[in-house]
Amino acid sequence: MKSFSFILSVLAVMGLVFWAYNENYKTKAAVDEVDYLQREIGSLLETRAVLRAEWAYLNRPDRLRELASINFETLKLMPLQPEQFAQVDQIGYPPKPEPVLDLGLELENIIDVIGILPEGETEPSAEDEDLFEPLPKANP
Amino acid sequence: MTRTPLRPLARILKARQNGENPDGIERENLRLRHEDIRDKARQRAEGRLLVLGVFFFCAFSVVGARMGLVAASDPVEPRTMSAESRIVAQRADIVDRRGRILATNLVTHALYATPPIMVDKSRAARELAAIFPDLKEEDLLKLFTGERKFLWIKKKLSPEQQQLVHDIGEPGLLFGPREMRLYPNGGLAAHILGGYSFGREGVYAAEVIGTAGVEKAFDDFLRDPAERGRPLELSIDLTVQAAVEWVLYGGMKLMNAKGAAGILMDIHTGEIVAMASLPDFDPNNRPRPLTESDAGDAGDSPLFNRAVQGVYELGSTFKIFAAAQALELGLANANSMIDANAPLVWGKFKINEFRGHNYGPLLSVTDIIVKSSNVGTANLALMIGPKRQQEFLASLGFFDATPVELIEAPGAKPLIPNRWSELTTITASYGHGMSASPLHLAAAYSSLLNGGTKVNPTLLKRTSVEPGPRIVRPEVSAASVSMLRQVVSRGTASFGEVPGYAVAGKTGTADKPKPKGGYYDDKVIATFASVFPAYDPKYVLVVTLDEPVDTTGPKPRRTAGWTAVPIAAEIIRRTAPLLGLRPMIEQAAADGLHLTAN
Repeated sequence: MKSFSFILSVLAVMGLVFWAYNENYKTKAAVDEVDYLQREIGSLLETRAVLRAEWAYLNRPDRLRELASINFETLKLMPLQPEQFAQVDQIGYPPKPEPVLDLGLELENIIDVIGILPEGETEPSAEDEDLFEPLPKANP
Repeated sequence: MTRTPLRPLARILKARQNGENPDGIERENLRLRHEDIRDKARQRAEGRLLVLGVFFFCAFSVVGARMGLVAASDPVEPRTMSAESRIVAQRADIVDRRGRILATNLVTHALYATPPIMVDKSRAARELAAIFPDLKEEDLLKLFTGERKFLWIKKKLSPEQQQLVHDIGEPGLLFGPREMRLYPNGGLAAHILGGYSFGREGVYAAEVIGTAGVEKAFDDFLRDPAERGRPLELSIDLTVQAAVEWVLYGGMKLMNAKGAAGILMDIHTGEIVAMASLPDFDPNNRPRPLTESDAGDAGDSPLFNRAVQGVYELGSTFKIFAAAQALELGLANANSMIDANAPLVWGKFKINEFRGHNYGPLLSVTDIIVKSSNVGTANLALMIGPKRQQEFLASLGFFDATPVELIEAPGAKPLIPNRWSELTTITASYGHGMSASPLHLAAAYSSLLNGGTKVNPTLLKRTSVEPGPRIVRPEVSAASVSMLRQVVSRGTASFGEVPGYAVAGKTGTADKPKPKGGYYDDKVIATFASVFPAYDPKYVLVVTLDEPVDTTGPKPRRTAGWTAVPIAAEIIRRTAPLLGLRPMIEQAAADGLHLTAN
């Protein structure tokens, strides 16, 4: 019994040593990785700072003003004017598409249908003439 | 363990035979047993003490060894913590109110030489002189062959220059990393930003320190590592600032002025949305300040911030303060008739109107402002009295330097006469005899016209501002705006009309004082202090021109109405839409008011 507990504790110590050894190396690897990532973050932040500076430099008002005047022919950019303020209902939105009448019928040769007079019908009346070009009579 | 019996039979029997007392044997055995127990207990206690002693010894040696180790080793920050502070920039960015960059850092390199390890000194000197035109070959060679073991050659290099120096292939020419400050917008807001220079320099880093403007005023904040690179947010709006500077520059050239200043301020918070002073400079390459030996006035240097440092007699723009105070004290209302019979004789002095006009004998308070009557204002000021006038001007901030966050601001104290006589009262009422900066004027107009609470000018973005102490009643504030509106609609500032924005304002034209006393006849400071829109005042704009002259007419015209006002109107026309102000169709109420007043 005694020797059994002794062996058990020795084994436990060995196990713990092995675990601690592994954890130690895992920690070192993790810290190395963190270091690497921090360096990468650092260099990316540096790049970002340079890009932000470049962006600000390229968007400086002097340059934009010059570009706007150089490209005036194509862009027609003018300074913002008070007249450009408007009510929402003053804005010319594109017209809404006409509602499509869907009767479930197939119409064929629509123009022909409008133009062809049924047999025995007289010439189109004067009012109709305004709307449609007189078509050749169906039965001359 | 065998237990010894207390009364062993053999010894008892023997003792009985010998006639001895057997109890003696028992006592003897008991004593031996107790001694035995005592010895064992002692041994155990000693053992425990030893273990404890060893334990404490080990523990203290560990603590001691650790202390020794910590004391002896180089200090190193914990690895998991160090990263964040390492990657933030050395100096924080400066951004405008919408987060656009006004100042940032760039990594660059400085060039230094270590002559002892140089291979071909004459070639290095020749090639360096070819790369940098401002360096001379002979000087470099002298430095390389001299005593020095280390010398700086260039503080900042562009990547192209660095490559060229690399290409020389000289091992004694080395690079040190540097952070430099970059102002991507060039001369924009130059006076606000100020400039930078390098402080203590080492091979691997150099301190970047502010030398003027907010860079110096907020040097501690910008360099504080605890802020973790949080940018400094200014109240400036980059777009508006650009528009103001552009229009002001054009106006300055058109009006042949030698300098100009413009301030656009939020009337309720005191935030300076745009502040320009011309001529300006490029903070990336800040010029050397003028020294005593240089010819010329420091006030003409491009480094001079006219808006903050320039203290001028601001002329008739001050008249509204006398009128507002008379209203506040109940001495008059907007329609009261005041004696305006020119000239006003005070002692041996004569107070005249502009070009010898006489607007009298009586003028309403409104018309005093509209027609800019010196005599009427002087009479108002005499009704108020020197003491109360002084207190009122002090409450508007005219007796102290402005609290704006620029390193130059505390040095720009207004010029106040030592003795505030009644004559001072008269002249100060129309803006002569005391000098203040355009920023003072902008802050005072904001305080007077925003409903009557004190406003402190600031360059920092504010989210909310507590209203300051009350200066005038809201009715007086509204009446002042209405008077100023009529100056534009039917008075001296008719060029200031901007359709839809109901500009209200007051012109001021002051003769420039000669350095040796007296005033110039043909040099003026023209100022237009305006507020818009009049129906709901939101912004104050002050435009000041130094020595403007409009030569388009048959005679040269110098008054603010011909010079500063059209520029201010154009600034308002350009910036009001940028500030998100909708133009409004004005009610025709002002005219009716004017008719009853007459």
